[in-house]
Amino acid sequence: MITYIIRRLLLVPFLLFGVTVLIFGMLQFLTPVERSALYVRDIPKTSKQVDGIILKYGLDKPIHIQYWRWLVGTIDPVTGNRTGGIIYGDFGWSRTGSQPVVELIKTRFPNTLDLTLWAVAPIILVGIWLGVQAAVHHNGFIDQAGRMFSIVGTSFPTFVFGLLVLMIFYANLQWFPPGRLSTSMQAVVNAEGFRSYTSLLTIDSLLNGRFDVFIDALKHMILPILTLSYISWATFLRVTRSSMLETLRQEYVTTARAKGLSERDVIFKHARPNAMISVVTLAGFTVVGLMGGVVITETVFDYPGIGKEAAEAASQLDVVTVLGFALFNGFILIIANLVVDILYAVVDPRVRLA
Amino acid sequence: MTEVVPSGDNTLLADAVAMRKVGRLERFLGPENYRVLVGLFKTPASIVGFALIVLFVAIAFLAPWIAPPLNPNDPYKIPRDGFSAEPRPMGSEWRVRPPDLPVWWKPIMKTDQWVHILGTSQGQYDVFYGVIWGVRTAFKTGLIVVLSTFLIGVVIGSVSAYYGGLVDNIIMRIVDVFLTLPFLLAAMILAAVLTPKIGRSLVPSILALIAFGWMSYARIIRGDILSTKERDYVMAARVIGVRDSRILFRHILPNAIFPTLVLASLAIGDVTLSFAALSFLGIGTEMGYADWGQVLSFARNWIISLDQYWYIVIWPGLTLVLFVMGWNLLGDALRDILDPRMRGKT
Repeated sequence: MITYIIRRLLLVPFLLFGVTVLIFGMLQFLTPVERSALYVRDIPKTSKQVDGIILKYGLDKPIHIQYWRWLVGTIDPVTGNRTGGIIYGDFGWSRTGSQPVVELIKTRFPNTLDLTLWAVAPIILVGIWLGVQAAVHHNGFIDQAGRMFSIVGTSFPTFVFGLLVLMIFYANLQWFPPGRLSTSMQAVVNAEGFRSYTSLLTIDSLLNGRFDVFIDALKHMILPILTLSYISWATFLRVTRSSMLETLRQEYVTTARAKGLSERDVIFKHARPNAMISVVTLAGFTVVGLMGGVVITETVFDYPGIGKEAAEAASQLDVVTVLGFALFNGFILIIANLVVDILYAVVDPRVRLA
Repeated sequence: MTEVVPSGDNTLLADAVAMRKVGRLERFLGPENYRVLVGLFKTPASIVGFALIVLFVAIAFLAPWIAPPLNPNDPYKIPRDGFSAEPRPMGSEWRVRPPDLPVWWKPIMKTDQWVHILGTSQGQYDVFYGVIWGVRTAFKTGLIVVLSTFLIGVVIGSVSAYYGGLVDNIIMRIVDVFLTLPFLLAAMILAAVLTPKIGRSLVPSILALIAFGWMSYARIIRGDILSTKERDYVMAARVIGVRDSRILFRHILPNAIFPTLVLASLAIGDVTLSFAALSFLGIGTEMGYADWGQVLSFARNWIISLDQYWYIVIWPGLTLVLFVMGWNLLGDALRDILDPRMRGKT
C-alpha cells in the first residue's frame, strides 16, 4: 500500500511539469507582442513600450528561459518586486474579466464548486440505482428501457438537452430560471448584513439563516444539475449493470441463494457491495470530470462559474484568461485524480498489487 | 482380425465441411474479424443505427439538390433572408434573394414560392439550409479528425508497445499529461489560441480535436500489440533477422489493428458532438457557416421566448442527436460483440 502511494505520488510532480509545459507550449502559438498581454493590463499604444515589455520579461529569450520566467516570474532589479510567475499565483491579466485571472477564478470557482457538490449525490445514487435495477431484471423490460435510455442519453449533447429543458421549464412553464440568483435575492446577498463564510452560496445562505436565498439558489441550480446528471446516469447505468451482472454470476452468490437467503439479501448484501468496486472509480472520475466538464452546462444556463467564464474568454480569443483557467483546472484535476487513485487502491486490493 | 478397408465414401465428412461455407470476405478478414462484421448487422439496434448513417450519407451527397446554395462556390454559407434579429416561423416565405428552387419542391408543393421550411434563426439564417449542409460539415470534420487521431494514435501506441521499457514509460506518461485536462476544455483552449493564427474556419477546431483526441487509440492499440508481439510468428520473424519496422508494420500491426480500427470508424459521432459543442461556444467557424453547433448557438439569445421559437432548437438539435445516435447504436452493438464473454453467441 505504502509503495503504491509513493509510486503514485512520484507521478504528481511529473504531471504538474507536463501540464505546465503543455500550456506553455500552447502559449508559444502567440507572438511576443501578444504574449506581453500576460503582464500588462493594456497593450501599450507605441511599439517602443511594447519592445520595452518584451525586453523586460525576456519574451524574446530562448524558450527554456522563457518557460522558467513564466513559471517563477521576473524580479525587477531596481524595486525587487516580482512580476508574473504562475507558481506564485500570477496567471496574468484577464481582458474579458477586467481583473487579474486569479481574482476572477476566486470569484467564479465557488459557484462551480457549489453546483458540482449538489450534482454529485443525485448522479451517483440514481445512477447506481438504475444500474442495479437493470442488472437484477436482466433482459427484462427495465433492462431494455435502461439500455435505450443509456444510448439516447449518450447521444444527447449537453447543450441540446440544456436548451430543451430551458424551453420546457423556463420558457413554457416559468418554473426554473437560468442564472445564479433572482435580482431581489442578489440584492440580499450584496447587502451589508449578509456574511460570506464559505463563498458557497447555498451554505452561506443557510448560515445566515436566509432560507429564501437558499431556495432561490437551489431553484436556479435544478436545471443545470439535471443536465449534468442525465449523461452521467447513462454511463453509471452501463457500468453498474455490467459489473452487477458479472457479480451475480459468481459462485458465492449461488451459495447465498442455495442456503436460502431472500433474493433481497442476496442482491443488496452479497452482490451489490462487490459490484460497487468498479463503480467507485467511475464515481471518483465523474466528480473530477464534473469540475472540468461544466463548461457547456454553465454557458447554456448562464451560470456564473469558471466554465462559463472560460468559454466566454475563449470565444473572444482572450488567451491569457483561458490558459489561466486551464492551469487552475489542471492543478485541481491532478490532485483530485491522485485522491481518487489512492481511494481506489484502498477499496480494491488488486489495484495496488498490479 | 478383420482388416478395416477404407470405403472411399467421404460424404459425411464432406457434408460436415460444407455446412459452413467460408466466403471470400471471411477468408480475407479472418474468422474473428468476420464474426465482428457480421454481428454488426444482426441486432435491430445496430440495423437502425446503420440505416440512420446511410440516410445521413445520402443527405450529404444530395445536399445541393435538397437545398441549393446561393453561391455554388461557397455552399457552406447559410443564405440569409434580410438581417433582422427576430426568428421567423416555419413556412414563412423567402423575401430577399432566394436561392434556386430545389427540383423536388414544385412537384410536391405545386408552387414556385421557396419558403423557409424550418423557419429562420436569429439574423434570418435559414434553419433548413443549415441543417442539410451541416450534414456535410459533420462528415467532413468527423472523417478528418477520426482519420488523423487514428493514425497518430496507432503510430505512437505501436512504437510505445513494440519498444517497451523506457520508451513505453515516457510515451505513456505523455499520454497521461494529455489526458489530465478535460477533453473539451483542452480543445477549446487550443482552438482559441489557433484561431487568431489561422482565422475563423473549420481548421482551428479540427486541429484542436486532433491534438487532444489521439490518446485513447494509442492506449488501445498498445494493449493489443503487447499481446500480439508475444506470438510465435513474431518470434520467428525476429529469429530470421527481419527489420524492426517490418516486423511492426507487416507482422504485428495487421494482426492487432482491427479492434482499434472499428472503434475509430464509429467515433465520428463523438467527434461531431465535440465539434458542435465547440462551435456552440462560439469557437471555430465564422458566423453563418453551416454547422449544427452554430445554428443551435443562435438560440442562446432567445431563451426566454423559446416556447415561441422552438424550431430554432428542435430541428438542428434533433438532427445532431439522430446523427450521433446512429453511430452510438452501431458502437453499442460492437461493444457486445467484442466483449469476450459474448464470444460464440452471435
